[in-house]
Amino acid sequence: MRKLFIRNGRVIDPASGLDRILDVLIEEDKIAAIGEKLQASGAERFDATGLIVAPGFIDMHVHLREPGFEYAETIESGSRAAAAGGFTTICCMPNTSPINDNATVTRYIIERAERHAIVNVRPIGAITKGSAGEELSAIGSMRDAGIVAISDDGRPVMNARVMRRAMETARSFGMPVIDHCEDLHLSAGGDMHEGLQSVRLGLRGIPAASEDVMVARDILLAELTGVRFHVAHISSRHSVEMVAFAKSRGLAVTCEATPHHFSLSDDEMPPYDSNYKMKPPLRSARDQGAVTNGIVSGAVDAIATDHAPHAGSEKMQEFEKCPFGVIGLETAIGLTLERLVHPGKIPLARMVELFSTGPDRVLNLHRGRLTVGAPADITILDLERTWTYDVNKSASKSRNSPFDGRVFRGGPAATVVDGRIVWRAAN
Amino acid sequence: MPGGLLGIEGLERPEIEAILDRATSFQRQQPDSRKSDALRGRMIVNLFFEASTRTRTSFEIAAKRLGADAISITASGSSVDKGESLVDTLNTLGAMHPDAIVMRHAASGAPHFLARHLPTPIINAGDGTHEHPTQALLDARTILDRRPTLEGLRVAIIGDIAHSRVARSNMYLLSKFGAEIVLCGPASLLPVELARVATGVTLTHDMREAIRAADVIMMLRVQLERQHEAAFSAGEYFHFYGLRLEHMDLAKPDAIVMHPGPINRGREISSEVADSQRSVILNQVENGIAVRMAVLERILKN
Repeated sequence: MRKLFIRNGRVIDPASGLDRILDVLIEEDKIAAIGEKLQASGAERFDATGLIVAPGFIDMHVHLREPGFEYAETIESGSRAAAAGGFTTICCMPNTSPINDNATVTRYIIERAERHAIVNVRPIGAITKGSAGEELSAIGSMRDAGIVAISDDGRPVMNARVMRRAMETARSFGMPVIDHCEDLHLSAGGDMHEGLQSVRLGLRGIPAASEDVMVARDILLAELTGVRFHVAHISSRHSVEMVAFAKSRGLAVTCEATPHHFSLSDDEMPPYDSNYKMKPPLRSARDQGAVTNGIVSGAVDAIATDHAPHAGSEKMQEFEKCPFGVIGLETAIGLTLERLVHPGKIPLARMVELFSTGPDRVLNLHRGRLTVGAPADITILDLERTWTYDVNKSASKSRNSPFDGRVFRGGPAATVVDGRIVWRAAN
Repeated sequence: MPGGLLGIEGLERPEIEAILDRATSFQRQQPDSRKSDALRGRMIVNLFFEASTRTRTSFEIAAKRLGADAISITASGSSVDKGESLVDTLNTLGAMHPDAIVMRHAASGAPHFLARHLPTPIINAGDGTHEHPTQALLDARTILDRRPTLEGLRVAIIGDIAHSRVARSNMYLLSKFGAEIVLCGPASLLPVELARVATGVTLTHDMREAIRAADVIMMLRVQLERQHEAAFSAGEYFHFYGLRLEHMDLAKPDAIVMHPGPINRGREISSEVADSQRSVILNQVENGIAVRMAVLERILKN
């Protein structure tokens, strides 16, 4: 029997409130025992002394670009970047080519992942056919094929009636709806957050209101339909307030925040640097603070990267021509430690929750706990290791990160998927 | 300015003063104003990705008067039409080792992006809705030909401020010299954040208020392609934001009227004003050459 023995680490499991120095014994792909001074003959040993042993981290929002855009990322390369970033499960958005709007594409992604990915890959299906916002996609059969949620990420459903029907359908199939909240009419032509910096740089603005009006609409529709509704990459202060308000009313409304939105604001962008161009855009320092406060207060349920690889040539253009998106899998833990944990804004257990139990609760993956009998997905963290992010050494096929060259204190130390160490930090 | 000239915002005041001073010696009837050989053997590429008559011609004449070789390339009919990327176009030109590239582009920040990737000095001849530094310099020269200083002057800039690179560069320059800048236009073309872009800037939607006691009235061209964003019909726009003779009584008696051109008579300025004694529009064009000579000389000498 294959055994992995992770000894003497600080084991944190937010779901059970566990936070102690313990040993963890894995047999095959399940956690067999958690306790003090466990015996493990014939097991591969991992000395976790001084390290954090947490349930496997889940990134519920990534773009793997396969099928269709394999020059920018593949399921394999994206999964390697995920493992190097401490993630054991990633959920990929449907905006591939073809779009994941039917069970055939879903099955293709899952089969490719089974063969080539080194972490768990869970696809998210499109809400509408071709993400065109008109006709609902084959939601039920995609669910049966393995999608965990529906979303027209990047091409949000503008027609409220279509969204209502999508929510009713998702509810019938027991899945959440994830919306990239953006009123495309209000944001049309915009390149960065609308504010002092966009005016200064002469770039067309994407007003925070373009996000807010859709968050408001969707919360009202979620109440109407009873669906579990999740706001992707929340970035504006009013949207955070509205999600908190919906929660206070007992609605099943959740949201995620990205590391770039709580780490950067629009005035930190070097002029016209397309590695700072994404949607939603980096907002004002005030919005950045509100997202951070939402993470602290509990309004935010999960941290997700919105890892969005783009080939170098696509980002080497006039700013307005560059596509939106940045990669983020490998810097998420480092940024969360730097911005939230080290300054004392959130305790470590809350960080672990935001990366594991939090997204697991949104998606019901049954992979967010570190308990006996659970799948052996484990993220091991080193809170003190100093390292420098060199994007040219990224496992991703793309290089579009605003964090190249950044020095971090703390990061992933090893990534365990189904009982196997799939990545460990070089020493 | 060894790295070129990307915008006014990043320039220090002494640098601007040096250019404006030097430009006077290139003005008409000055001894240096005819052909010199200060830049003999230097090659300047004028690369215009956006249509322009006066700026391109002005840069060409400035280069030639300094003895430099100037080559002008427009986007239509060039490799850009064949789908070549901006970086590839510039790399190709860069490989021919010009001493400077003068560039006009419809995308804000296009010259800044290239300056990061190319060693050749780049002179911004207008980038999208961002900056048009030589326009602000020639405007300042034109004002200073008639006033001892920019400090304390009340300058009204009227029109589509949101999309105007001329307005931005002028705001930065005038602000550095302590002028009072009143920006005026309908709310859709006048984002409130403009008030925080530079010191000394105030906003109004009322043209009469903007012009009251003004020393300088700068009219901006109505950008026909952006008319829909103003949510005004042409007639309505002229009624509320077009400069007419009746407005001139509100300004200081010796106030001057400026316009970066090309003017749309009857859209943002009436013919009577454009052709009046108050108008210095043709002086601006003339000063454009002198100022651009000063800029080219400063960047290329040595």
